[in-house]
Amino acid sequence: MPQTPLNDVHARLGASFTDFGGWQMPVRYSSDLAEHEAVRTAAGLFDISHMAEIFVSGENAAAFLDYALVGQASLIKISRAKYSLIVRTDGHVIDDLIVYRLNDDEFLIIANAGNRHAVFDSLSERAATFGFAGLADRSDEFALLAIQGPNATAILQSLTATDLGALPYYSIAAGVIAGKEIYFCRTGYTGEDGFELLFEAAQAERIFELLLEKGKPQGLLPAGLACRDTLRLEAGMPLYGHELDLETNPFEAGLGRVVKLDREADFVGKAALAELANAPQKKQLVGLVGEGRRAARAEYQLFANESSTEPIGTITSGALAPTLGYPVAMAYVNPDFAQIGTTVSCDIRGNRLDMTVVKLPFYKREN
Amino acid sequence: MSNPTNLHYTKEHEWVSIEGDVATIGITAYAAEKLGDVVFVDLPKVGTSTTYMKICGEIESTKSVGELYAPLDGEVIEANDQVVAAPELVNQDPFGAGWLIKVRFSALPELMTAAEYDAITGEG
Repeated sequence: MPQTPLNDVHARLGASFTDFGGWQMPVRYSSDLAEHEAVRTAAGLFDISHMAEIFVSGENAAAFLDYALVGQASLIKISRAKYSLIVRTDGHVIDDLIVYRLNDDEFLIIANAGNRHAVFDSLSERAATFGFAGLADRSDEFALLAIQGPNATAILQSLTATDLGALPYYSIAAGVIAGKEIYFCRTGYTGEDGFELLFEAAQAERIFELLLEKGKPQGLLPAGLACRDTLRLEAGMPLYGHELDLETNPFEAGLGRVVKLDREADFVGKAALAELANAPQKKQLVGLVGEGRRAARAEYQLFANESSTEPIGTITSGALAPTLGYPVAMAYVNPDFAQIGTTVSCDIRGNRLDMTVVKLPFYKREN
Repeated sequence: MSNPTNLHYTKEHEWVSIEGDVATIGITAYAAEKLGDVVFVDLPKVGTSTTYMKICGEIESTKSVGELYAPLDGEVIEANDQVVAAPELVNQDPFGAGWLIKVRFSALPELMTAAEYDAITGEG
């Protein structure tokens, strides 16, 4: 099983490991609750080097991406980023992505580890159709770290001359840490402020340990995928394989805003998405909250009420929210049950729990 | 993290401490570690009967659900209210304050020794 360049460091730090997207990844170092709390109140450091980095370069790069993705990469300003999707011609989601514009004719796509090949293969096919030749999957060359939490900027700032405070959310800047070139991306997957750091894989141990050392006095903990999942769930962010998959279109997932139909040029999935945008959806993604401490988890079924045995939906992600203290879940439901305030009944291994549809996200940071 | 030699064990990672005809039951440090942070425990009520290797409770962490298997036939005489109120005790002190239930029994089934349990968890 592939490992990130930081595998030995994780083992030294006492991490437990899990298989994620085909990779051996740290699930927690000590306690996932402590790591979750550190990210909300201080800072956490994640190794996300399993994620894929695909570079798109050349004269037609912007036009090609406009054709290959549902958003308009050509409208992204240099050094800014946009969340986007790559869909099949039938409009169903192959992956969710972040697209950074490095230069006029150079883009960087960050894709999910488990979808690396699906995304690259789809892009390659589309490049052949479009007549574009500037794709490069450079995932193996890079390490990617995420430093997240209210103290993340201060910790990182102590290591670089780049003015991090000047970087807006969803932007990227090239800079230097410990004499090594690094991309600072002001993005994240936790609901907190922070950065993702992209750099040469050979520097991974050095930079990870430097961040740990500088961050420790400010409450930074190394953080595993267990807390990354509860953090993103509280922040209402989708995870591919749970809220997004090849059975789901962007409108069902509440991501209609990233689909730019109002343009002349064709793009892959346009015809299907134009039709889906105006059709009644088969399912709708909702946020659910419950009382007590028992979590409604992925794949548990939902019903109209306590006595009903006819399923009206399925949980896609769920946990006892560590920051909030009550059960939260995301679920696909029959659109008749998607109105905010609707009560549904979840079957938790034979026991029923009433849950209420709420607006996402469950958690939003104050500043 | 070693498994105390004065306790008995099951392959489902329960430990059992015997005093007279009362068994105190919990889950092992190995099981607690595998589950991650325990956030909810559901224990059988006092007076219910337990059946050897039948599920009698649940231990939930943020990431997963673990089942509590009854290591013997008997009747629940006490459930640990402290662990219900503070489930983190299961992680902090699995062989002590994190005990789960006490069961009165008449016959003891065959359980594992610490050495046998070490062998299946790769400890020792």
